[in-house]
Parts: sequence; structure tokens; C-alpha cells
Amino acid sequence: MNSAALFGYCGAVLVGLGLYGLITRPEVLRKILAFNVLGSGVFLLFGVFARRGAAAGLGADPVPQALVITGIVVAFSATALVVALLVRLNKETGQVIITSDDPEESGKQGVLP
Amino acid sequence: MMPDATTSIDATTADGYLLVLAIVLPVVGILLSLALGGKFIERITLALLLVGLCVAIAIFSAVLRSDQLLVYIVGDWQPPLGIALRADGISAAMVLTIAVIVLAIGLFARSEFGQQNGKTVTRSSYAFWTLLLGIWSGLNAVALGDDLFNLYVALELLTFAAVPLVCVKGYEETIKAALRYMLFALIGSILYLLGSALIYGTYGTLDIALLADRVRPEPAAWTAAALMTVGLLAKTALFPLHLWLPPAHAGAPAPGSAVLSALVVKGSFILIVRIWFDAMPGLLTFTAAQLLGALGAGAILFGSVLALRQARLKLLVAYSTIAQIGYLFFIFPLAAGDSGNELGASIAWTGGWLQLFSHAFAKTAMFLAAGLMAEALGHDRIAELGGIGRALPITVIAFGLAGLSLMGVPPSGGFVAKWMLLSATVIEGQWWWAAVMLIGGLLAGGYVFMVLGKALGKNSALTLRAPISRNREILVLAVALCAVFLGLVPLQPSDFLAIGRPEMQMTALQ
Repeated sequence: MNSAALFGYCGAVLVGLGLYGLITRPEVLRKILAFNVLGSGVFLLFGVFARRGAAAGLGADPVPQALVITGIVVAFSATALVVALLVRLNKETGQVIITSDDPEESGKQGVLP
Repeated sequence: MMPDATTSIDATTADGYLLVLAIVLPVVGILLSLALGGKFIERITLALLLVGLCVAIAIFSAVLRSDQLLVYIVGDWQPPLGIALRADGISAAMVLTIAVIVLAIGLFARSEFGQQNGKTVTRSSYAFWTLLLGIWSGLNAVALGDDLFNLYVALELLTFAAVPLVCVKGYEETIKAALRYMLFALIGSILYLLGSALIYGTYGTLDIALLADRVRPEPAAWTAAALMTVGLLAKTALFPLHLWLPPAHAGAPAPGSAVLSALVVKGSFILIVRIWFDAMPGLLTFTAAQLLGALGAGAILFGSVLALRQARLKLLVAYSTIAQIGYLFFIFPLAAGDSGNELGASIAWTGGWLQLFSHAFAKTAMFLAAGLMAEALGHDRIAELGGIGRALPITVIAFGLAGLSLMGVPPSGGFVAKWMLLSATVIEGQWWWAAVMLIGGLLAGGYVFMVLGKALGKNSALTLRAPISRNREILVLAVALCAVFLGLVPLQPSDFLAIGRPEMQMTALQ
């Protein structure tokens, strides 16, 4: 197993862990953490594709690296936005989960392909 | 890798700079209002909305005149290394629709989020105008982008502007709704990103035009398409991933609800169409198309029935959005064209897009009308709407006209769209979609008349909590009339919507 494959499998495991946490945990903060684990897995996969140099036939392809940087910025903004909303929710209601009168969790499970 | 033969068409066209302008104008507005301290944000926004409408008209007429794609190669870097902005017929029509609706919403929002001269701007109105500009820029970028990763960034910009708009007033319920919306959107965006990572790893490009030649039906492409589609479905709120939509769209202030329901959910829908029809045309098999159509059918039945059971007007309109989104997904089974029937496919293609545009206008009018009624009465309980028809006749007429389009009654854009989709089901021999559409039309009639029946009822004791200015009523009526006027489009496949799509030969319905 070469290093690219090893990192690829690591990325896949992170994606799986993150997706599991995002869907099963009710606490919003844990969902955010799971989202970041999932995001790291995806970024690692981009790194693997850069190493394989799929596009350019070079040693390392710079395009996925540029994509990862943008992706990190987006994930950072998303995290900040959710945390801000969560802090506000906690201030208003004292809750850390979204209590709902509708079956929200069943909808989340529907996200799985 | 050297650009291959297909990329040689990629040169910035004469009017290509218009595409950049459409995306950058709103951002300029945000930066200006930051620099000037927010005092002028309302005036800056409205001025830019007018300029933006002119840009949209210019893009539309440039595509119409040249009968070709409008292309801008950013920084003159050719794809696959660079990023291209392209406007085909659909993008041009979309940008124009966006500009008209955002302008109408901006004018409508003046009385709620506007500021009197000399007063400092409140936090929620500053947020509202900034977010409106952000959504506008994001939508234009989604409509014009042609690179899967660039589209990802555009979609995120759209989401990050749309989510806070839900809770711009800061009520507890709306914060919950916004948080739930955001969590669905997060799952959606990360699945989309994972899909585009797989595509880049397999094919070495994210440019849609280049992908069309490279993608082959194989496991990697299937996995990527499935991940991206599911992610985008969560953002489009297609049944059964719709749970976030009703509280979010009903909880937002009326102008916010209108832009969310009319435009924001369509952004991710456009992307799904681009992926299946433009980037991976070979992948849209009969089964995949039928599956997407079946989810759409589920959305129509489920959304319409739930809309009928709502006690509050804004929630009713929000559930009707879920149902109307369902019709859009009939474009997949009907326009996939695997029956070898060009005519049916091109009719379905035009019908599907017409449904998108007419629903955008109708839903804007409906949410704004519902907002006016709620403002006048101080509540939006359907059972207590009695007498509003006499107090706000223009608003109720606008609501009714928008309802005609949702039901698919002539003359309205919704009628033409649904009629074309129905014709396509007959031509393609897929009668099961026709049955769902007819039931959906009846149910839509049910919920629209439920509201109109109550609104036109008598109630001599009705007292209005707040006076409603006649101008705002006329504005809502004008938007509703736009939805009706789309019904004057001739009943045949539109050549304009096929510009930039050489494989789709539009045959006139003789």
C-alpha cells in the first residue's frame, strides 16, 4: 500500500465518522464538530488527488491544494455561523439541542444515500 | 494538460464583462455600506438593484441577439486550470428573473426595513439589506458559474446569506428554524464537496463543459453524482429532505420569505440540472431519472396535502413551495430523452424551466400578499381572515392571481408550464406523472380557494391593526401579473432556453 492509498483510506474513515456523528448526535455542538471531522476527511481526499497529480501528470497537482484552501475558508465560515446561531439559541432558551415538534431526526437519516 | 479541441471555443465574448458585473455589483454594495457605516445602505441597495436590472436586461438581450453563449474567462486562464463564466439561454433568463424579483422585494421591504431620514439604521435592517445583496450575488454566481467548485463557493455564499435572513428579527422560534436550515445545508454542502473531490480525482477537471466529454458511466462517476445530488436535494428541500423548509420560510419576515421561497431553493435546483444534463449527460439513465421524478411526485402529494391542513397562512404558502418544487423534478424523467423522442424532451425542458420562472413570480407575490395581510391583521390565522377581501382587495386579488399560476389555470405561467409537462408525459408515454400533476393541481386549487373563501367572507367587525399603503399593494399585484403574463408565452418549446445547448434540437410544436 503506497502512501496515497493510505491517506485515501484515512480520508474515507474520517468522512464516515463525521457523517455518523452529524446524523446521530442531537447536540448541535457535536454536530458542528462532526461536520469539521467530515470536512477534514474531504480535504484529505483532495490532498490525495493532488498527490496523484491526476490532471497535470506532475508530481503534485496544485489545483486541489488551492481548492482545499478555499474549502477550509468556507468550512470555517460555516462553523462560525452555526456557533453564532447556537450561542444565540442558548442565550434565548438555555438549550443546546434543537427541540422540535416535528420528527427532525428521521429527516436527518433520510440524508444518507 | 493541453486544452483539447473542445476548449478552443472558450474565449471571452464581447459582452462577457456583463457577467462579472452581475456578480460583483452586489458585493460592491456590501463593501460600500461597510465603508460608509451602514447609513446609506438602503439607498445604495435600491440604486444597485436598478443598475443590476439594467445589467440583467443587457445580458438577456446580448444572448438573444447573438443566439450564442456569453463567455467570460476569468483572468484569461483557460479551463481546466482557469474558471469560466458562461451564460446560456437559461442563465440569462434566470439572471433577469432574479433581478426583477429582488428589485420588487427591495421596494416592498422599504417600509419594514427602510430608515427615516436622519435616524440611525437598526441592526436588523442593516442585516436585511446586506443579506439581500449577498443572496443576489450568490444567485447570479450560481446561474453563471461553469465550474463545479466555483459553483460550490457560490452556493455557500447563497446559504450563508439565506440562513441569517430567516432569523433577522431574532425571535426564538426563528433561531431554531435557522439553525435547522443551516444543519441541513451543512450536510448538503459537504456531500457536494465530497462529490466534486471524486470528480476532480477521476477526471482532472471541474469545468462542466469539459466534463461533458470526459465523464463515462463508471462507479466513480456514479458515486460522485449520487453524493452531489443528495447534497443538493437537501438544500433544495425536495421531499423527504424538506423538513427544514416550512419553519424557516414561514418564520422569516415577508420579504425574506419571498426571496427564500422564490429564488434561493432554485439555486441548488439549477445545479442539479447542470450536473445531470450538462456535466454528466451519459449518466442520466431511466432508473435515475424515474427516481428523481418519483421524489418530485412525493413532494407534490405530500406538500399539497400538508398545505391543506395548515392553520396559518405563511405555513400554507411554505408547504405549497414544497409541492411546487416537486413539479421541477419532472424535468428529469421527461426531458432525459432516452425514449428517443426529441419533441417530448424539448417540450418538457421548456415546461420545466417555465415552471421555475412562473413559480418564482407567483410565490413572491403570494408571500408578499400574505405578509401584507398579516401586517394589517396582526396575525395570519386562516380561519380569521374574514373581511380582509374588502379591506385589502388588491392584495387578495394578487394572492388569487398567484394562486391561479400554482394551480395551473389559464391564463398563467403555471398553466403553460404544467400543460407542456403534461403534453410531454403523453408524448413520452409516461402517464403516471400526468396523474400526479392532475391531483396536485386539484389539491393546489383546494388550498388556494380555502384561503380565498375565508378572505372574501364577511366580517363587519374587522379592524385593521395597521394601514397598508396602496403602493405596496400595487407592487404585489404587479409581481402577480408577471406570473400571469408568462402565460402568454407561446405553447411551444422555446428556442431561447436552448441557446448554448447544441444537443437539444428544439422542434416547434406544429
